[in-house]
Amino acid sequence: MPRQVGAWRRPLRERGAFAGAGPFFMQDWLQWDVFETQEPNTMKILVPIKRVVDYNVRVKVKSDGSGVETEGVKMSINPFDEIALEEALRIKEAGNAEEVVVCSIGGKDCQQQLRTGLAMGADRALHVTTDEAVQPLAAARILLELIEKEGPEIVFLGKQAIDDDNSQTGQMLAALWERPQATFASKVELADGKATITREVDAGLERLEVDLPAVLTSDLRLNEPRFVKLPDIMKAKRKQLDEIALDELDVDAGAQLEVTAYEPPPTRSGGRILESARELVDELKNKGLL
Amino acid sequence: MSRVLIIAQHGDGSLNPATAKTLFGAKGLRVDDIDVAVFAEDAGEVAAQAAKLDGVTRVIKLEHPDFAHPTAARLAPEIAALAGNYSHVLGPSTTFGRDLMPRAAALIGVGQVSDVQEVLDSHTFKRPIYAGNAIVTVKAPADRPVIATIRAASFSAAGEGESACEIISREPTAEDPGHTRFIDLETGGGEGPDLQTADRVVSGGRAVGSSEGFETIYSFAKKLGAAVGASRAAVDAGYVPNELQVGQTGKIIAPELYFAIGISGAIQHLTGIKDAGTIVAINKDAEAPIFEIADYGLVGDLFEILPELEKLI
Repeated sequence: MPRQVGAWRRPLRERGAFAGAGPFFMQDWLQWDVFETQEPNTMKILVPIKRVVDYNVRVKVKSDGSGVETEGVKMSINPFDEIALEEALRIKEAGNAEEVVVCSIGGKDCQQQLRTGLAMGADRALHVTTDEAVQPLAAARILLELIEKEGPEIVFLGKQAIDDDNSQTGQMLAALWERPQATFASKVELADGKATITREVDAGLERLEVDLPAVLTSDLRLNEPRFVKLPDIMKAKRKQLDEIALDELDVDAGAQLEVTAYEPPPTRSGGRILESARELVDELKNKGLL
Repeated sequence: MSRVLIIAQHGDGSLNPATAKTLFGAKGLRVDDIDVAVFAEDAGEVAAQAAKLDGVTRVIKLEHPDFAHPTAARLAPEIAALAGNYSHVLGPSTTFGRDLMPRAAALIGVGQVSDVQEVLDSHTFKRPIYAGNAIVTVKAPADRPVIATIRAASFSAAGEGESACEIISREPTAEDPGHTRFIDLETGGGEGPDLQTADRVVSGGRAVGSSEGFETIYSFAKKLGAAVGASRAAVDAGYVPNELQVGQTGKIIAPELYFAIGISGAIQHLTGIKDAGTIVAINKDAEAPIFEIADYGLVGDLFEILPELEKLI
């Protein structure tokens, strides 16, 4: 059974504030932990992941135009989110973060993807439950609530979800949080409370330096996510997964845009296979293209 | 009150062609007033170029040293401050617009319509989802500003008008939040036309085999006056830099003539070229999916066919 809200872990520094109220030995331990260890690493990374139709599925529009076929279709973690999670795990494994928390917003089914995230190596998971479709601005508002509870230094998202292809949530979250954003990241370097991010932009590669906390979004070439091994899947079943009903959060999660119709794209029909380069040049010249 | 504000994209003192395409999309909204905002350290040249575009009512210059390499965090509050006077705020669906516009939309407190490919009326738009495997019609609320990015490949570029419109200056209102700093920009230094807006594009795929192999692609493209693109596989293999990638997560382009050389035709690549005028595919594998959508196909070794084509044109 997933644990209910209330089991939120507090950041170490916050727990330190309770030191005076605890039993003597507890206070001792906390003081040692907080004050005598050299710079205890309390950095937490929050990785929002979205459950989407798998990358390899060729999506079709339903015949009545009410949506796309998702019945019986393989679902996965949005590939860009998986890359973001992989990067977060590598940051932790390099000793630069203490905890990686995955979160998702949606119906019960997203727990499959959260468990996959836990199997990849995330420490625990948060599931904001709702049966309604959540648009990017609403997702950003919900994530802001999670940020307030969790106090992450980095929120690492995918640059876009491959279902809606919006590429908005990270940027919107950064705006609401009033923190830096570094989108389309292909390289992340951390030092002294700052991140240097190489971004894939139309003109080439741009580098930004941002102060933490910050929102980062991953591009394709940031890394190649690991494969999940069977023992990790077993282990993931025992990791903490907290559910929070969307209604319990004080968030306006209403839809901003109304989707009124779905249609298949116009198809391009194939043309002709030609016999020679000469024939191709003649064809293109006839069409006025050369 | 129907007034449109377009956020200009520019670099190296000239207006990015994506701006003229955004303007063309804006004309579909059938409104009288279309303003273009130019944020720059020195906006003079870019503002003059924007003022010549057909359909622009006025150009607003906002000049500040911070805008030499502006970040989304710096610009978004400026846009949010301007937005109160407009029914629509539009940007190009380039990495510039995709980074910036959602941040502005969130500050204004509205959703964004990303990648508009067709304007049905002032508040109704078509846009692709699932890598272009479905097209949705979305309706934005009538009582809020519409924030949208315009997919350049779906619109022609607005031309120049008979006379230049007025250019006015406004003072920036926001301050640098100080938490985000531009370090540098490394460009491939590519010769030839800009991939995003070129009339002719020659793209190479995995079958090109190496960076040296791409010399054959570059040579053919040069003869043709075409820009060079690549599939994700070719970029991942390191044959060419990332900014050449064409497809769902790279550039979406719509040249008049597109050559897909040694590209098998994954759906993610096809998404990037489906608005191209004429598609020519050259591939060893006669079963490659690219042939299902190409107007003309040649089956054979690209290293034999390309030099031959180069001689013939």
